[in-house]
Amino acid sequence: MAKFELMVDGKAHAVDADGDMPLLYALRDDLGLKNPRFGCGLAQCGACTVLIDGQPSRSCSIPVDSLKGKKITTLAGIQKDGKPHKVQAAFIEEQVPQCGYCLNGWVMTSVALLEKNPKPSDAQIRDALSGLKCRCGTHVAILRAVKRAAMA
Amino acid sequence: MTIQTNRRGFIAGAGSLTIAVALPGGPAKAAVANSRLPLNPENLSTYISVNRDGSAIGWVGKVDMGQGTEIGWAQMVAEELDLPLARVTIVQGHTNATFNMGGASGSTGIWRGGAAMRAAAAEARRVLVEMAAEKLGVAADKLAVDDGVVSVKGEPAKKVSYGDLIGGKHFVETLEWNKEIGSNLAVKGKAKAKSPAEYKIVGKPGYRRRDVADKVVGHLEYMVDVRLPGMLHGRTIRPPVAGSVPTAVDEASIKHIRGAKVVWEKGFLGVAAPREWDAIKASRALKVTWSDVKPPFPGVDKIYDHIRAAPVIKRDVDKEKGKIDEAFAKAARIVEAQYEWPFQSHASMGPACGIVDARKDGARVWSGTQKPHYARDGIAMLLGLDPDKVVCTSMVGPGSYGRNDSGDVCMDAAVMSRALGKPVRVQGMRHEGTGWDPKAPASVQTSRVALDADNKVLAWYFESKVFSKRDAFNNEGDPAFTLTGQLLGVPLKPTLIFGGPEESYGFDSFLKVSNIIPPLLDRASPLRTAHMRDPGGPQVHFAVESFMDELAYAVGMDPVAFRLKYVTDPRDIAVIKAASEKAGWRPHASASKIVDGDIMRGQGMSYATRGGTRVAMVADVEVSRSTGRVWVRKWTVAHDCGQIINPDLLRLTIEGNVCQSTSRALYEEVRFDDKNVTSVDWLTYPILDMKEAPETVDIILIDHPESAPTGAGEGSTRPTAAAIANAIYDATGVRIRRAPLIPERIKAGMA
Repeated sequence: MAKFELMVDGKAHAVDADGDMPLLYALRDDLGLKNPRFGCGLAQCGACTVLIDGQPSRSCSIPVDSLKGKKITTLAGIQKDGKPHKVQAAFIEEQVPQCGYCLNGWVMTSVALLEKNPKPSDAQIRDALSGLKCRCGTHVAILRAVKRAAMA
Repeated sequence: MTIQTNRRGFIAGAGSLTIAVALPGGPAKAAVANSRLPLNPENLSTYISVNRDGSAIGWVGKVDMGQGTEIGWAQMVAEELDLPLARVTIVQGHTNATFNMGGASGSTGIWRGGAAMRAAAAEARRVLVEMAAEKLGVAADKLAVDDGVVSVKGEPAKKVSYGDLIGGKHFVETLEWNKEIGSNLAVKGKAKAKSPAEYKIVGKPGYRRRDVADKVVGHLEYMVDVRLPGMLHGRTIRPPVAGSVPTAVDEASIKHIRGAKVVWEKGFLGVAAPREWDAIKASRALKVTWSDVKPPFPGVDKIYDHIRAAPVIKRDVDKEKGKIDEAFAKAARIVEAQYEWPFQSHASMGPACGIVDARKDGARVWSGTQKPHYARDGIAMLLGLDPDKVVCTSMVGPGSYGRNDSGDVCMDAAVMSRALGKPVRVQGMRHEGTGWDPKAPASVQTSRVALDADNKVLAWYFESKVFSKRDAFNNEGDPAFTLTGQLLGVPLKPTLIFGGPEESYGFDSFLKVSNIIPPLLDRASPLRTAHMRDPGGPQVHFAVESFMDELAYAVGMDPVAFRLKYVTDPRDIAVIKAASEKAGWRPHASASKIVDGDIMRGQGMSYATRGGTRVAMVADVEVSRSTGRVWVRKWTVAHDCGQIINPDLLRLTIEGNVCQSTSRALYEEVRFDDKNVTSVDWLTYPILDMKEAPETVDIILIDHPESAPTGAGEGSTRPTAAAIANAIYDATGVRIRRAPLIPERIKAGMA
C-alpha cells in the first residue's frame, strides 16, 4: 500500500492503495463515486470510461500509480454550473439510455470527439464510438444524440 | 354501496421507512407504504394509494428494465384516476412495497401489469367518486373529476379533493383476483375502465421517461453503487472444466491479501475481502485442486451433429391441424430445409451484482434482477427462512433481457454472508457475465412442405430439435435454478419445454412439434438454459421465415406476395403490407443480385406474431463481395401491439430491440470446447459495433385503441434474423441456414 494523489473532477483526493490497483476501484471504493462502472475489466466495453487529461480512458485497466499530475474527469464532472453538458442534454432529449449502464463510455467519448471535431460526419462519429458496447441496442438513438449535440 | 370511512386504516405513525426509494412527499407517503403491509393481491390498496395532497402512488410488482414501462404504468393510472401524470408516482419491484406481479417477464409489463394497474386505478376512482357523492349529498353520476378534484357537474364550487376524501388512509375495498401470482396476475373491480375516446394521457405523444436525466448526468444509484456498513466484497471461483468441483483449497495462498477469507461449502467456492480489489486478487491467487471430470461438451463445431443424433426425451405437439401424412402421401413435390441456431448469452453490460445481509432471523437483499419477488423467495429457501422475513430491494442493473446471471450472484452472496456473518456484495467478473450466465438454447429446425401440382401448399411439418429452453425457470426463485444451489447439491428442477411458431399461415394441414433433448451437462453447467429475450422465438422464426422465402422461390412467387397469399389474420396482413409498402419493396421471384462495385444489395421480408403482437420487417442490406460483411443499412418495421400507451417510448423500445436482435443474427454465438465455454468476453462474444449499426430504423406503428395492449418488448426480436438472411439471398443468391450470419459463411456460399 502506498499513498496516491488523484485529481478528480477538480478536487484532489489522497488514496491508500496498491499501485497496481486500477483507477476504477479508487474512484468507486475509495472516493465513493457512482460513475464509472465495471463492465469487463478488460478495456473492451467502455462502461468505466473517464477523461484523463481530456482523453477518453478505460479506468478499469489503468493502475493508480500511473496518474500523477493527471486531470481525471467523470460523467458527473462534465456538467457546468449544475447544467448538463451539451452531450448529456442531447442524450436526455433523445431519451437514449435504456438500462444506461454503458453510458459513461458513449457520453465521455462523444464529449472528447466534439472537443476535437465539433462537426463530425456520420462516419467520423461511428469511427470515434467504435469499440464501445451497448447491450440494449440504443446505437441508433446514440447517433441521433451525438448529431444533435454537434448542432447545439 | 355505502362507504364507511371510519373503517379505513389510518396511517400508523411515521415508522421506519423500509423501502429504499425516495418517495416524493416525505414521511406521510412513507407511512402509507408501511401501513399497506402485509400485501394481499385482493386489496385495492395493494396497487393504489392516495396521499394527503391528493397525488397517487401506483405500486407495481413488476420492473421497468429501461424500456419505459414505468411511464406507461403511470399514464394508465393517471388516466383512470383523472390526475395529471406528474401527480402519479410509481413504486416498482421492492418486495415489501409491491405484490409479486412477475417482475419483468414475457413482454407482460403493459400487457398484464398495465392491465392490472388500469383496473385497480379505475376502481379507485369509482370508490373516490362514491365517497364524494356521499360527502356532497348528490348522486355519483352527477359528479365529474378533474385533476383529482371531484365536483358537481354544473356547480364547480361544490367539490371535494381526493386528498380530502382519503389522503393518508388506504383503500379497504377488494378486487376480484384470478388467483394467479406473478406475470399472469389479473384483477378486476366493479368499475369499467375508460373508453379510448376519453383518453387524455394514454396513447398521446410527449410523455418522457423519468429516469433518463438522472442516468445521463450520473445521479442515479445503480445496484453496483449500493454499499452497506461492514460489507465485504465477494467473488465466486468457477472451475476450469465445467462440472468439476473443488477437492482441495489452499487457504494459505491468499494469506498475504488483507482480510481475504475463503467460503467453501460442498461444490461452492468463493472468497471475500473488505476491499473489492483485494477480493479480485484473492479470487485470482487462490490455489484450488479441482475434481477430475470427463470433459462434458462436444465442442461448438459438433453441436448441430450432436443435436441431430441426440435422443428425444419429450415430444410436444405445439399445434396441429388436419392430417399431414395424407397430404404428404399425395404431394406432387416436397420442399424441405433445415436451419441451425447457436447458444446465445444474455451478456448484460456488466456482470450481475447483488448484496445479501443474511441473519438468523431474516435477510435483506439488493438486486438488479428483473424478478425481485423470486429473488426473495429463492433466498428464503436457501437460508431456510420464511419469505416474509426476506426483503429484496429492486435496483437498476446492467440490463437483463431474460434470466441472466443476476440470480446466481444473490445466491452466492447469501451463502457467503451466512458463512461470514456480514453483508456480502458479489459482482461477477466478465467471464461470469458471458461464460456462466444461463443461455438461450442451440437448436436445429426442420421445415417441410407438401405442394400439389399447382404449387398449392397442402401440408406443413415444422420441428424444433432442441435443448429445453428452461433448465432454470425464474433463475432466483429456487436454489435449484442457480449454479449456487446446484453446487450445494440441491436437486435439479428442469422444465422440458420449447414452443412452436406463431403466425397465421392458413395451410390446409400442419403439424408443429418440439423434440426436446437432454442437457449436455445436468449440474452447474455454463450451458444451462433459461429464458433470453423472446425465448425460442429467434430460433423458430429464423427457420420459419427463411423457409417461407425458400418456398416462395420454389413456386416462382415474390416472397411478400407468397406470404399475403397464405396469411389469414387481417392484422397480420396489415403489418406485412405496411412494412413492404413503406420499405419500397421490389417484387422479385428470384434473387435480384443488384451489384454496385464491391457491394451487392438485397431486400428481405419476415413476419411473425407473438402473444397477439404482430410484426413485419424489411431489411435492406449491403453485402461486401470481397469480405462477406453484411450491413443492414435500413430496417423498416411495421408493429401492431394493440392499444399503444406511449408511442414515443414504443418506438425506442422497438429500435433497441431491432438493434439487439440484429446483433444476435449477425454476430452472436457462444463458443465452447469440450471442457468449458470459451466465449468469455467481448472479443470472444462480439456484439453489434457502432460501425455496423443501421443507418435507419423506420418504424410504422399501427394503433388499435379498441384492442387491449399486448407486449412490445420481444415481438420485434423474432423476425429479424430471417429478414436479414432473406435479404442476403436476394443480394447474393446465397442461402444461409446457420446463424449467426457471419462473413465466413457468406463468403463460403459465394465462392
